[in-house]
Amino acid sequence: MSPADFAGFTFTSLTSHRLRTSLTALGIAVGIAAVILLTSIGEGLHRFVIAEFTQFGTNLVTVTPGRITTHGASLGAVNTVRPLSIDDALALTRVRYVQVTDPMVQGNAEVVYAGKSRRVTLYGTGADFSRALSMRVASGEFLPHDDPRAARALAVLGSKVAKELFGGENPLGARLRIGGERYRIVGVMESKGQILGFDLDDTVFIPVGRALDMFNRESLMEIHVLYEPTAPLAEVEAGIKRVMVARHGAEDFTVTPQQKMLEVFGTVLNALTFAVAAIGAISLVVGGVGILTILTIAVAERTSEIGLLRAIGATQRAILLLFLGEAALLAAVGGAAGLAMGWGIAGALKLVLPALPVHTPWHYAVLAEVVAVGVGLAAGVLPARRAARLDPLEALRSE
Amino acid sequence: MIRLRGIERIFRVGEEEVHALRSVDLDITAGEYLSIMGPSGSGKSTLLNLIGLLDRPNAGRYELDERDVTGLTDDEQARVRREKIGFVFQFFHLVPRLTAAQNIELPMVLAGVDPAERRERLRKLLAEYALEARARHRPDQLSGGQCQRVAIARAMSMRPAVILADEPTGNLDRHTGQEVMAVLERVHHDGGTVLLVTHDPEIGGRAQRTLRMIDGAIVSDQKADAGGNGGT
Ligand SMILES: Nc1ncnc2c1ncn2[C@@H]1O[C@H](COP(=O)(O)OP(=O)(O)OP(=O)(O)O)[C@@H](O)[C@H]1O
Ligand SMILES: [Mg+2]
Repeated sequence: MSPADFAGFTFTSLTSHRLRTSLTALGIAVGIAAVILLTSIGEGLHRFVIAEFTQFGTNLVTVTPGRITTHGASLGAVNTVRPLSIDDALALTRVRYVQVTDPMVQGNAEVVYAGKSRRVTLYGTGADFSRALSMRVASGEFLPHDDPRAARALAVLGSKVAKELFGGENPLGARLRIGGERYRIVGVMESKGQILGFDLDDTVFIPVGRALDMFNRESLMEIHVLYEPTAPLAEVEAGIKRVMVARHGAEDFTVTPQQKMLEVFGTVLNALTFAVAAIGAISLVVGGVGILTILTIAVAERTSEIGLLRAIGATQRAILLLFLGEAALLAAVGGAAGLAMGWGIAGALKLVLPALPVHTPWHYAVLAEVVAVGVGLAAGVLPARRAARLDPLEALRSE
Repeated sequence: MIRLRGIERIFRVGEEEVHALRSVDLDITAGEYLSIMGPSGSGKSTLLNLIGLLDRPNAGRYELDERDVTGLTDDEQARVRREKIGFVFQFFHLVPRLTAAQNIELPMVLAGVDPAERRERLRKLLAEYALEARARHRPDQLSGGQCQRVAIARAMSMRPAVILADEPTGNLDRHTGQEVMAVLERVHHDGGTVLLVTHDPEIGGRAQRTLRMIDGAIVSDQKADAGGNGGT
């Protein structure tokens, strides 16, 4: 039997029961639509989170004080941990492949300008902070390369702080009070928006040494190390550890490459997407049961036709393939409809809820169609086998 | 062309055994027109099904075209049916959703006959069986006689060695039955081999050769003079 004839025959047997065929295909369509929709949201979320993190660059390593053991508990509280110092940050610039290092401490502080006051997130950083985290200055400049131990009282404002305190006025050169001290504004950052709930625009940046004094702290919270994008990460990590251990006498710090964080996030988010797809797959199973049911009925109704086909020379295999073909075609049609439905709803969601990240990679569509046909074939096996094994004579007699 | 030797067919129903065919010996040559008659339950259909390779004997030997087909596998049987045997049934057995033309084509489709060749054969068959006007009609739009003509055209489409017709007029009124018989007889006149099971003595009597069966055995085998009216 030629493929065209095969397709034609299965097609006419499906179209001879339009309502039944459409309802069965709808079952598969709903399943596929559910899978497409849920995985689209999962994938959208995945991309969203990864994008949030990669905007800081991926060739970044963060050094934090205290060591995190494999059990996740910080030993820092128990053992003696030497504070992470500005000198540590300076020393790390000597590590091979390292381009820039930047010490950082963060806290809350009150800023006052012209009688208006505002609580902001205060970042004490070096001059290279904006470069290390790929943040851009909108006007003026970022903090200058002063001697970090005796830096001038200069500040850079996040875009939101600038807007709230200065409105339309140009803040450059203006003076304001931060935690009781006077600072001169040298720059305003570009808006960065919220990242996982943190408003990066409601911030003020001042030299790290001054911030440590203001917060009355000895230790930095983080040192950001930016390395050459093509450099081998393992070597960079080892170099950082070597320098730090030499300075601290022990590994009382933690080195976290951004790439590793991304990997961890990726794994977690993939698992999430998979779980969500599995939930959608349940409805697909229901659709498969629909095919199984309808095909079982069809085999019973068409027993005498099967007998005839066998009498005029169809082999068992031919009968098996015919019914499997019907199951596959039914599922494929349902799958295609489900794809359209899933895509449609995903698109509509995007319009109604622009904040919800939805993304459907095209290979999901292909995969969904393959899965649909697979479900159809799986559901078709039992009835098709029953049809193939019918005794031709008995089948002919049934009417 | 068909040679049966010592054929036995025994059905087991629960504890009981039904001896449907008892040591049947039969030789049929190509081009014969043979009717099989006998009371209900005498084994006529069983014999026809065995010859049509839809069934297997419990004992004995069956040769078709000089080839032993007794022990063929299911697939081999299917292939022989496809190429050498045309069935005509009492209840027509047309596929209801297919048109007359599609029904006639079905064996050629299954056998994978080239589409051009198929179209040509279909055209001839439609003409031969006076079905051109009905080609696009589905079985439920056809009369019983037309349905049976479609079935005969279908049986002929693969140019089989033998046509097996089990009570082809059993479901038709007398007049239509005559029409269908005329069609089958034309198949015979064109050189086809026809085996016909019937209850109607008049119809059975028109065959060249008549077998009588009782209780699974062939009790008489009469040949009439060429093409004439054989007696009982
Ligand atoms: N599948 C079967 N299982 C059990 N017994 C069967 C089967 N097929 C036929 N028989 C028995 O075999 C015998 C012959 O049956 P067969 O159908 O050949 O008779 P027949 O001559 O064609 O009768 P009729 O004229 O009524 O069609 C009958 O006794 C029947 O009951
Ligand atoms: Mg019978």
